Amino acid sequence: MKSILLQKEKDKAKAVLPATVIQYIEDCAAKSNPNSHLISVLHKVQDHFGYLGREHMDAVSVLMQIPSAKVTGVASFYHYFNFSPRGKHRVSLCMGTACFVKGAGHVLDKIKELLGIDVGQTTEDAQFSIDVARCVGACALAPVMIVDEKVYAQVKPDQVGKILSEYGYTPKKAKK
Amino acid sequence: MTSEKKVTLWIDGVKVTVPEKTTILEAAASINIDVPSLCYHPDLSVIGACRVCVVEVEGQRNPVASCSFPVAEGMKVKTSSSLLRRLRRDVVELILDNHPMDCQACTRNGTCELQKLSYDLGVRERLFEGERKHYAIDKSSPVHRNPDKCILCGRCIRVCGEVQGVHNLNVQHRGFRNVVAPAHEENMIDSVCIHCGQCVNVCPTAAFTEQDATEAVFEALSNPDLHVVVHTAPAIRATVGEGFGFRPGTPVTGKLVTALRRAGFHKVFDTNFGADLTIVEESNEFISRIQKKERLPLITSCSPGWVNFMERFYPELIPLTSTCKSPMSMLSTLLKTYYAQQIGIDPKNIFVVAVMPCTAKKFEAKRAEHVAPWGKPYTDAVLTTRELIWMLKCLGVDFHSLEDGLFDSPLGVSSGAADIFGATGGVMEAALRTAYEKITGKELDSLDFNEVRGVEGVKETSVQINGTSINIGVANGLQNAKNLLDRVASGEKEYHIIEIMACPGGCVAGGGQPYPPRGMHVLDPELARLRAKALYSIDGSKSLRKSHENPAIELLYENFLGAPNSHVCHELLHTHYEPKYPRGVK
Repeated sequence: MKSILLQKEKDKAKAVLPATVIQYIEDCAAKSNPNSHLISVLHKVQDHFGYLGREHMDAVSVLMQIPSAKVTGVASFYHYFNFSPRGKHRVSLCMGTACFVKGAGHVLDKIKELLGIDVGQTTEDAQFSIDVARCVGACALAPVMIVDEKVYAQVKPDQVGKILSEYGYTPKKAKK
Repeated sequence: MTSEKKVTLWIDGVKVTVPEKTTILEAAASINIDVPSLCYHPDLSVIGACRVCVVEVEGQRNPVASCSFPVAEGMKVKTSSSLLRRLRRDVVELILDNHPMDCQACTRNGTCELQKLSYDLGVRERLFEGERKHYAIDKSSPVHRNPDKCILCGRCIRVCGEVQGVHNLNVQHRGFRNVVAPAHEENMIDSVCIHCGQCVNVCPTAAFTEQDATEAVFEALSNPDLHVVVHTAPAIRATVGEGFGFRPGTPVTGKLVTALRRAGFHKVFDTNFGADLTIVEESNEFISRIQKKERLPLITSCSPGWVNFMERFYPELIPLTSTCKSPMSMLSTLLKTYYAQQIGIDPKNIFVVAVMPCTAKKFEAKRAEHVAPWGKPYTDAVLTTRELIWMLKCLGVDFHSLEDGLFDSPLGVSSGAADIFGATGGVMEAALRTAYEKITGKELDSLDFNEVRGVEGVKETSVQINGTSINIGVANGLQNAKNLLDRVASGEKEYHIIEIMACPGGCVAGGGQPYPPRGMHVLDPELARLRAKALYSIDGSKSLRKSHENPAIELLYENFLGAPNSHVCHELLHTHYEPKYPRGVK
């Protein structure tokens, strides 16, 4: 009886996650400390969806049989995990010491102003989201702005609009 | 244990020998040196988070946290010095920096461990002031969560996981944004919380408290249109005295009854009556299942914390769980049916208050299954023992000088079997007394089933009834219950009847019971034992000790219910359960 009910819950959870993640969780279950792989499972979930949704974390909880308060506790501890869908284009600004003293703060303010959102948020049209990085290790290029995979060096606030327009940004859109 | 290696050390110049791996704090406690502590709890795992318990160890560069530092041979420890005093005070001052400090308006005023420590350590001014956290108070369930008062000691997380096996709480986020909350920072009512209230018990501050019912009760008492009746659970008579300075384990039934009359309740009944009735109904259910050899083991359903746990963690056990309502709900239902009829009052004008050792009872009272056909719950308000103590103090009742009173008839007559409901194993013992005699038709030689008494987490025994061996399991504390149930599921153990109480020690240590006096702590097995002893002494002193011989119960069946398990009984005294979400992880 117990196993039937649990199996039902697990089947529901499996419908939420991609096959690769389910396979990975099953592989982990065979290892000596299955629970210690929670973080890498969460990484794989975020790689797939771009974020950790409530339903994704609950599914991980059921499949790994780790209490969900623990799953969300671990996920919310790390800056790397984010909990809302990311935009199509991910705008990332380095806020490491070098970038910061070279004016990254002003660049960030400009990005926030143009897109009308805060760090960690996504625009309503789902085109852009903003993240800040601690240090990307390119201090010579400070301040550094990264959009998707492309790196922009020595960015000044008045260049932000032009950079964003490469990804379909128009001022009108942002005002909305 | 005798082969354990011993270690000798000196604490404040006093020589002490303890087993190796003992912590400095435990070693100090063994010679009555009380090192101040905060996150430490003797019955939970050690996390060494708060650093209040620092001591100096000769040869160590810095003071160490005595709760987590193990003793060593020849160690010289100082538990008191001006450095330690300053360090401890600084630690508490830093905690207070992020604390509301509204002690006068706080429900824990006088029982708060942070308040006491601040005083003891000499905090007299506010030295550090910085940004304070601000959260909404979660009042969604009987257990209120106020993160502004939380000092992140983690005791609630540990009791919820280690003792109750619920794992509903954890630290979410990091650094300044640290907050203790259920998954997704969800409201308690939408989490896997079972409302047992153990987090309320272990919390040193008012970060976890019970939902207040005192205001509603005071209002009802001053409403001239209402007939306000109260009934009190078996465990209350063993603990309410502690609120007025009586030593734990002092039974104060008579004073309690008088106090409730003084408070203005029109009638004072005894939940014990409901307990006797539960036993008659439940043993009937048990006998019928035994005879048909179906739906075994029967699992008791008196503990609302356990019922919540079962619905979220073990929904597969629903068919095995007794359909009997709890004593509280049985009696409340009768008060608005049978009793209303008897005295000729419209049940809508009866206000039923139940005094319970429990926060989960507040949840039970509001369940849809316990709402009368006219849309109001059978139990209008549930007060915890703590709330009642406060109400009596608020009213200025001098508890010590009260004369002993008697419960009102007829719903105040009860057997000793009902009194012991408040202790782990008590429901089982009461059921055995009745089931044995009903099955065999013979009288029991001895009414004491000592095998199911005591505060151990899991107890088991077998009783011979008519040549059949009846296997019995008793568990208290839900992690213990989990262990027992998993052995049943694996087929390792076969029981005929299982009693489960959510709280460790049973209702005497429930989530609504008084904060323990100095020198004892919540979860202290000794505290549960003393309180239980009070109940067993009441049972032993009664001549009526079997539920089925309670004349008031016999009369109730004759005049109102018909036979046990009759149609009326099923309508009024039985209930049902449903699988609930979110589902807990076992």
